[in-house]
Formats: sequence, C-alpha cells, structure tokens
Amino acid sequence: MTATVEPEVGKARRRKEDERLITGRTRWTDNIALPGMLHLAVLRSPLAHARITSIDPSAAKELPGVIAVYTAADLDPEGSIGMPCAWPVTPDMAAPRRPVLAAERVNFAGEGVAVVVARSAAEAHDALEAIEVDYDELPPVLDMEAALAEGAPLVHEELGSNKNAVWVFDSAGAGTGGDVEQALSSSEIVLKRRFRQQRLVPAFMEPRACVVDPTGPQLTLWSATQVPHILRVMAALTLGIPEHKLRVIAPDVGGGFGGKIAVLPEEMMALLIAGKLGKPVKWNESRSETMLAAHHGRDQIQDITVSANADGTLTGLKVELLANLGAYNGLVGPGVPILGAFMFNAIYKIPAYHFACTNVFTTTTLTDAYRGAGRPEATFAIERIIDELADELGMDPLELREKNWIRHEEFPYTTVAGLTYDSGNYEAATAKAKELFGYDALRREQAERRAANDPVQLGIGVSTFTEMCGLAPSRVLGSLDYGAGGWEYASLRMLPTGKVEVTTGASAHGQGHETAWSQIVADQLGVPFEDVEVLHGDTQSAHKGMDTYGSRSLVVGGIAIVKAAEKVVAKARPIAAHLLECAEDDLEFTGGRFVVKGTESATTIQDIALAVFAAHNLPDGVEPSLDSDATFDPENFSFPHGTHLCAAEVDTETGRVSLRSYVCVDDIGKVINPLIVEGQVHGGLAQGIAQALYEEAVHDESGTLTTGTFADYLLPSAADLPSFTTARTETPSTTNPLGAKGVGEAGTIASTPAVVNAVVDAVRQFGVDDIEMPLSPMRVWRAVQSGAASNDGGAQ
Amino acid sequence: MRITVTVDGSKYTDDVEPRMLLVHYLRERAGKVGTVVGCDTSNCGACTVHLDGHSVKSCSVLAVQADGCEVTTVEGLARDGRLHPVQQAFHDNHALQCGFCTPGMIMQSIDLLADNPDPDEQAIREGLEGNLCRCTGYQNIVRAVRDAADHMSPGAGPEAEQIKHVGVGGE
Repeated sequence: MTATVEPEVGKARRRKEDERLITGRTRWTDNIALPGMLHLAVLRSPLAHARITSIDPSAAKELPGVIAVYTAADLDPEGSIGMPCAWPVTPDMAAPRRPVLAAERVNFAGEGVAVVVARSAAEAHDALEAIEVDYDELPPVLDMEAALAEGAPLVHEELGSNKNAVWVFDSAGAGTGGDVEQALSSSEIVLKRRFRQQRLVPAFMEPRACVVDPTGPQLTLWSATQVPHILRVMAALTLGIPEHKLRVIAPDVGGGFGGKIAVLPEEMMALLIAGKLGKPVKWNESRSETMLAAHHGRDQIQDITVSANADGTLTGLKVELLANLGAYNGLVGPGVPILGAFMFNAIYKIPAYHFACTNVFTTTTLTDAYRGAGRPEATFAIERIIDELADELGMDPLELREKNWIRHEEFPYTTVAGLTYDSGNYEAATAKAKELFGYDALRREQAERRAANDPVQLGIGVSTFTEMCGLAPSRVLGSLDYGAGGWEYASLRMLPTGKVEVTTGASAHGQGHETAWSQIVADQLGVPFEDVEVLHGDTQSAHKGMDTYGSRSLVVGGIAIVKAAEKVVAKARPIAAHLLECAEDDLEFTGGRFVVKGTESATTIQDIALAVFAAHNLPDGVEPSLDSDATFDPENFSFPHGTHLCAAEVDTETGRVSLRSYVCVDDIGKVINPLIVEGQVHGGLAQGIAQALYEEAVHDESGTLTTGTFADYLLPSAADLPSFTTARTETPSTTNPLGAKGVGEAGTIASTPAVVNAVVDAVRQFGVDDIEMPLSPMRVWRAVQSGAASNDGGAQ
Repeated sequence: MRITVTVDGSKYTDDVEPRMLLVHYLRERAGKVGTVVGCDTSNCGACTVHLDGHSVKSCSVLAVQADGCEVTTVEGLARDGRLHPVQQAFHDNHALQCGFCTPGMIMQSIDLLADNPDPDEQAIREGLEGNLCRCTGYQNIVRAVRDAADHMSPGAGPEAEQIKHVGVGGE
C-alpha cells in the first residue's frame, strides 16, 4: 500500500459527488418508492388572515384513490402540538403556537388546513379541490410599521400585540465601547439612512419532500433537509416520539441556502399519518407550494445612523431594525436579525455602538435563515452608508474605508460589538482587488463619461466585508439564548483492508463535503484520497451532529475530523512500536507511515489496520480497534473577509443595469479545495447580485403572494449574469488548527452592496443617493428622472 | 391510452392517462428518476430530456405525445461505461454543486452544441437561458460547455461524441 506524498489539502480535486449526479443515479427524496406507499397533499389557505368557520372533507373522501383526509381535529385533537422555535431571543419573547394544521384561524396564505392521503400523488392533489372550507376573512397585517401602530389588527389576538421581541445591544452598557448618543451629539457629521431588505425566497432547486416508513423497528424519516440531526431531536420533542425509535436520513439534497433548515409541519404530519395508517407515506411539494409555504428570507427595515469627524474618522453607529418574522416564530427566525447585530460595525474601528431590533408578526409566510442569515443584511446597510458618507465628505469610498478599518497589525482585535476578530488583512485583499479590477482606469473612464453626458453611465461599487463564520461556540450561542450548542461531531474507522470510513455530523446539500473531508483525512492519516469514504446525513451512521448552516461544516466539522484522525494515529502508535519492536518515542508518523527514527524500519497505518483486525499480535492491554470519536467546540468564530468591486453600466434612458465586470478577493484563510471554493463564491455572488437586481417576494394588499412561481419570481438565468473574476489572499485563522475560515456566505454577503453602490455611483450626478432593491429598470429610470427633475428645479 | 416509447434504447409499452406528463411517465413508469421536477411552470428546465434528438422540457410534453418517439434521458448518455463528453466536462469544470439542475443542464447543453458546435460565451449563456441553477452562478457551467465543444463533434453520433475521456474519479 502506498502512502500519498503530495498533500491533498490545497489541491483542486474534482468532486467525488459528481459521478452519481451527472449520470442521474441519485437519491433525491422524491425518488424513494416503498411498497404500499401512500401520497400526501396539503390543502393550503388562499387567504392571508381568516377564521375557519367549517371544513367539510366528505366529498374528497369519496374520490378515487383517496384513503383519508385529515384536519387539525384529526391529527391533533388536543390542540397541543406546536412547531418548535429553538431561539427564544428574550425571556419575554412572544411565542404563539404554530399548529401542524390550522384549526381555527389561518395566519398566512399558504398555511395548511387539511391533508389528503391517496394512492397516488395525482389523486391526492385532485382531492384537494373537493374539500370545502368556509373562511371568515380578517384584515391582513402586512406592513411592519402599521402592525406596530396602536389599534392595528392582530395576527395573534391572544398576544395583544404584533410584537415578538425587542433585542438591544449597547456598547456603553456592555462595556465594549462608548455611549452612542454622546458620540452622535458631539460629532461633526451625522448621517442617517433607511434601507429596506426586501423579502427573498431561498429557491433551492429541489422542492421540499419527505417520506416516512413506519414499518420495521424504527420510524424512518427521509427528508430534503439541511438538518437531519436537529430534525430528529425536534420531532422527538414535538411529537413525543422516543428519539431512539426515529431514524432521520437526508439523502441527496438539492440545495438549501438556509431554506431547508426549518422543521416542517409537513414532516410532522407525515410522521403522524404514517403512524396512524402503519404504511409508508410521501409528501412532495410543487414549486408553487414552496414559494408559498417554505420560509422566506431577509425582510427588514433598517434605520442606520453613523457619525464621523470631518476627516472621515468614524465616531458612532446606531442601528434600529424592524424584522418581519411572518406569522409565527420559525425554528431560528427570531435569532436571524440578532446575528446581524454583531456585524454592522463590520471591518471598522467604531468607538460607540447601539443596536435595537424589534421582531414583528405579520400575516405573511415565515421568515427564517437564508444564506448568511443576518450578516448580509448588516453588511448591506453599513457598506451603503459608508459610501454615502464618502460622498458627503468628498472622499474616495475606498479611502474612507482604509481610514477606519482595523489594520493588519492590530489583530486580534476586539470590536465594539464584543467579538474578537482573530486575523485579517484588509489591506492585502483590497490592494489585490484594486489591481485586478483596474480601479484607477475605471474611475478615469467614469469621469470622462460623466463629462461627456454619455447616456450610458459607468458606476463603481465598493464593498468590503467580514462575517462571523462557523456558527459554533456553544457558550456564545448560550449567551444569545439559542437553544442548542454549536459543536460538531466526527468519527473515523480504519477498516481491515486499510480503507477509511469517516462520519460527520455535518450534512451536505451540494457543497462537496465528501471530497473536502476526504482530502483532510487523506492528509491527516497519509492514506490515498480514494481510500476514504465520507458518511453523512443519516442519524444512524452519523449518530450525532449539528448539521450544516453558517459555513460551519469545515471550520467546526472539519476540525472534528482532524481531532478524530489524531486519536486514530495516537491509538496506532503503541501498536506500531510493538510491531517494529521499538519505543513509542522513537517513532515518527509521516506520510501515513510510522518510521523508526534514523532507520528504514517502518509500517503504514493501513498495515496496522489489518494487524488490528487480526489481533494476533498486539501489545498487552491494547484494545483491538482503530476507531475514534471526536467532538469539537471552538472557542471563537472565524472571520473571513474580502473586498468586492463591481463596475455597472446604467442606461439612463431605459434604467437598464448591466454588470460590466465584477472582481472579488476573498480571504477565507487556508483553502482545502480551491475548485470547491471558487464554485461557492460564484454561487454566492449570483445570489447576492440577484437580491440587488432581480429578486423580491411580493404580497399584494390582500396578503396574496404575487410572485408565487418561477414565472414571476426572477431567479436569474445564465443570460442575466456575467463571468466573475475571483481571487484570494490567505490569512490563516488562528482559532482552529486548519487555519480555515469558511466560504459559503462570502459572495452573497459582499455582492449585494457592491452592486447597489455601483448603480447609485453611476447615477449620483442626477441627485440620486439611493434606490430600493431590487434595482429594476423601472426603479432606476424613475430615480434618474426624479433626480434629474429636482436638479433642473434647483438650477432655475 | 396505450403508448410505445423508446427510452434510453429500451422499448416501453404502457397504458397511460391522457393527462400524464412525459416527466411523470419517465419517473414513475420507466423508472428514470434521474430526470427531476423542479417547478410547475416550465421555467426551471430541470426535467429537460431529448425527444427524437431534440431537447424538450418533459413537464411540458404529454406522455401520449411521445408515442412512437425516442427519448434520451441523462441516464442514457454514458455508453460502455464511458461518460458523454458533456458529462465529463461538467465534472472536469466543477459545473455542479447540489446537482439537481444538472441532468437538465447537461441535456440542454448537448442540444445547444448540436445546434452550434462552436459557441462563444454569450451564445452558451443564451442557449441555457431556460435552465435555472441556484448553486453555481453558471460560470463553471458555461466553462464546461465551452470545454465540451473543444472535445467533441456534436451531432456526429455516439462514437464522435465519446472521445478523449475515460471515466470519473481522480485527477
């Protein structure tokens, strides 16, 4: 057996996952077919807010193929089942029960009111139309500010208010900085802006689905979920199913982006119904259902104030947020805006900070985690207002950033929000980005086109960012009232033939974990990449875990794997010493081999695996096993950062925006697989650019979602996006042994403000200082027109 | 209604409801679950297959319309254990992440190259306009199609389309 010499980490390995995905030999949840399997379809409320006066399923029950129709009264006769929320952000947070099916009231268009069980999916869907529901319509509650006004209609009457919680951080109170009111009142410049984070749909390509098999000793739940382990715990807590009687499997999962973090009422329905009928059941939603009923993201109103001295030195930052939770608390929904609280100060040294967030209930689809969760929102607001401040001061936006950012030699640096950034080099990333972009030349061209009154103007958008990545430190999460920890689990088994099985509690849904983890294991043990198999997404093989979100799979899950590998090497060492007849201290482990120092005498870890299997000749008292378990809980987050530059051309006569070039330099610390990293950045950029230019979930005044299909919700196609120039600097994280920082959200976080800053920059000479997202041609054209009109007015 | 369809080289004869969509026929009757459903408005293109050699969104074709036709799905592309060059190019260029849109993307890319064997970036982007991907930002997909164009003679039949590469896995 040969040991690898060339390190795997850092290599652009093509993915192990691809073979099954490019040949169609996949295991999507919807592909699962079990003997006797029945199909579920959910009847959803067409109204945003209403009392249910009656439900009559009798006609539906008579239809061909229909086995049963259930309402809340059938599935939850006591009215005691409530969908879980794992993040009660304050002790007094309002927590209305979210039923599995609405019983008396519906609180958003799309909420389930009944479920049909039939022999085929088509028959189940046919029967939905035959269920008669009478509603007594109530006034919808859609606007966050109106929802908080005195006398507003209430989403949950029993609460007496539409307020969910108010969460406050104040640097003076926390001892992390000064008093913000004092800063604002004593500064030379105070700039206040309101930004709106429109509501977005995560829009994973595979709709949600689940299958429950109640036959056999355990209930088995397959689900297109990001969080099989959390789902198992939550299902056990919600339905009282003994945890050891429930196995959850996330097979191939077609994208998540935070949108598959929720625990679904449909999963609970399927568990209950499979239990009642004793037969396997499947629920597979249509895209229109996804748009209505899968959670949405963002949806905040951000009032942000910065203060500065005339030379541009920042003196204070105040943020007041309204966050739309939709009709109920999602699994982590109330905590999403709180995550942003730590990122508004971004890469800047700001001496005083105040943050207050009010979470609001409305009669809309729930909001919850969506790629970046809180951090893209925060980065957008600070990067937009820094650009506005630069304009106010007559400074170049990069120069203003440089004046205020934390310098490379100042790390580790404790911010005004109380986080300690371990490492960073904003200077290096910015210098590289400027060079790749051709910043100075583009600025010259911009000036020329302005002077020439070119109908197509050029704008340059700057965005710098950092984020708290690798959502983990359990103690920190505890201090924020999150209901769970953030550790991750791994186990590693050397098999008799020298192959390696590694299990991770992280759960992949397209990121390439099998490849990246294999590279890590190959280096740690010195075994060939091909000899490593990664198991994940099954609570039986990976018996515990915290799953995948917030770029934690590498910087938390990857480190757990490293720890597990170290334990295996430690277990192998005395065996190697025994076999080589030397002292343990005389052994060196390198490239998969234990070598007696200064000699040719050696054995490989793969040979030791066979010796352990045979167990004929082991040292006394040594357990015949090369298996290990490890759980890693980091002390701190990691803090990737980057500089993104966007050149946008804006046709001032039509409002059309086209991206001429996009350059980003991300610093994500040590890179495991550059191919995977580049792909993650591309995808993130596309998502962030889409927020800036294309996407928005819109409700009409009745609360109906008018962007309920891909025909109305503008997910960009290949024809809508440019090619990106991506590059990296590498400043290793000092808080984990791999030096990695995480990359999943980088592109999404930084690109939205870069694009909006570019467009505003292109049309600033018309008096435009903001345009609401998404920057549709109509919005841009109107901004130019109204700006131009007021300019004309000023000249007269 | 009784229909006879050749799917990936095998002949199937079945009684189907007139309303059954081709994609459901492929998944539920022919067992071709490699072809997936991503939306219900024919926008996403995840269900793209070839019908008598041309790409169609199989959610916008009735199974009965495929009577007497030849259908090729992503499962019918690899021959004799060798990947189609477009499949190989998707792997080589990291043109997929979650992989849900991938079968449709690959089928559409093959049709695009049959129409235009030497497309530039813009032509590739426009040719893939009907297929949505949420993971990749499309850049590597575009690169893969261009790479495939350099490695194959599209439309020249299976032999000419099966050149240069062997199998998946490894560098």
